[in-house]
Amino acid sequence: MNQTTLTLLIDAGKIAVILGCTMGAVAYTTFAERRFAAFMQNRIGPNRAGPWGLLQPLADGFKFMFKEDFVPEFADRFLYRLAPIVAFVPALLLVGVLPFGPDLVIGSQVIPLQIADPNFGVLYFLAIASFGVYGVIMAGWGSNNKYSIAGGLRASAMMISYEVSMGLAVVGLIMMAGTVHMSTIVGQQDGFFGWFIWKQPLGFLIFVVTTFAETHRVPFDLPEAEQELVGGYNTEYGSMQLGLFQMGEYAHLITASALMVALYLGGWQFPGLNLLENSPILYALAGLTVMAVKVFFIIFVFIWVRWTIPRFRYDQLMRLGWKVLLPLALLNILVTALVILI
Amino acid sequence: MAVEIPKPKHGFRREMSFMERLYLPAIFKGMRVTIQHFFGHRWTIEYPDVIPVAAPRFRGLHVLKRDEEGRERCTACLLCMYVCPANAIHIEPALATPENQDDYTEEKYAKVFEINMLRCIFCGMCEEACPCGSIYLTRDWETSDNDIDHFIYGKDRLMESEGSPLLFKE
Ligand code: SF4
Ligand code: SF4
Repeated sequence: MNQTTLTLLIDAGKIAVILGCTMGAVAYTTFAERRFAAFMQNRIGPNRAGPWGLLQPLADGFKFMFKEDFVPEFADRFLYRLAPIVAFVPALLLVGVLPFGPDLVIGSQVIPLQIADPNFGVLYFLAIASFGVYGVIMAGWGSNNKYSIAGGLRASAMMISYEVSMGLAVVGLIMMAGTVHMSTIVGQQDGFFGWFIWKQPLGFLIFVVTTFAETHRVPFDLPEAEQELVGGYNTEYGSMQLGLFQMGEYAHLITASALMVALYLGGWQFPGLNLLENSPILYALAGLTVMAVKVFFIIFVFIWVRWTIPRFRYDQLMRLGWKVLLPLALLNILVTALVILI
Repeated sequence: MAVEIPKPKHGFRREMSFMERLYLPAIFKGMRVTIQHFFGHRWTIEYPDVIPVAAPRFRGLHVLKRDEEGRERCTACLLCMYVCPANAIHIEPALATPENQDDYTEEKYAKVFEINMLRCIFCGMCEEACPCGSIYLTRDWETSDNDIDHFIYGKDRLMESEGSPLLFKE
């Protein structure tokens, strides 16, 4: 077997494993959300399907499959069908550039634990992440329902106002790192105090807040505000199409958390981890575990916040986005630039 | 002449202070509360596995009592039927014959005694009205069923079986 075929095989394997793991993580994030929500409300939550309710996501999946696949008569069939796919696919595409661990060295073969490592990784992520909103807008328009369209419009307005601050927050980090190459950024953050969260605290804060908006999580879940908009953009959806929307949201949540970890929280790096450096397989596994734990923690914080605070009002949201976060992000860039200059 | 309405000290809608406008301190405070609940007591009762016992005064399904000698206490006086605000009780009285007189306290008894549990509002008025201490509401609250006809409880299901311990002895 020559080197090219081997690389191809390895890449295919990586894609399969990482996609599979992401889907599994999506399934279990829904479960974790329901379970943790229950805990925070002094309940138990779903615990009937399998031990500790661990088969619940499977049951949910089957339930979605067996529901009637329904298209409302007044809907724009093409857009209506396309929307869940457009909402779901970008969320999965994002997994492609996330670094999950250090290079795995087996013999002479070096396997980076990352599907692709383009030198524009962060930009790719930001670009693709905003694609998800097209699905939401399509769903809102295609459903031909006033609640859906209101949800879709809110999503687009939110995306515009928060994407800017998010991008600008990351600019500060990019200036410090001097690159948009994902694995280099992670590589720069060795040692606990090397993490970019300490060098870019304001940027991190802005990034967190905008990530909440990006992933449509409480307190910025206006596109699907149940109390005002029934279900928001997915009011008219049912069966697996609704399932796809939800999976897309959770996939986006996971990838956004992973990005946050990679950019600000040291990725797979952890103090003391490089003691393992001379046994590469163990090193890689430890890196993967550290990454998984960090991502899980961030997701937990997302869930935690969701069940703590109420939703922002629309005008508050816009004011926060344009009058607070944007100037802060600019200030962050300015300060970073000054620090670098000195 | 215009009179100025006195305002509360901070106004009806006072401006938020700087700390409040930061939102974050309040959010962290809230998160502290939720995480305490996260590790707090779980109030859920897992029903089919754990059956909660209702309070002694709970008004659940009815029971028709027998006296110490095992005779049906109900004399078909129809008071419960008339007092029932939901019209849930249906009674057909009959005269006891010498052969079955041993089963009844008086010469009149209820041949048919039906309570429609879907109409019943479990107010307990029948229990209060009954002069013979015959009808009582028990703690039993598990009423669900798949067949609507099963909700009309006849004597077979209401009457205490003979020899069963007397729950309430008056
Ligand atoms: S509990 Fe109230 S509603 Fe029910 S049968 Fe007795 S009197 Fe009627
Ligand atoms: S249950 Fe009591 S009130 Fe009702 S008919 Fe019988 S004796 Fe009368």
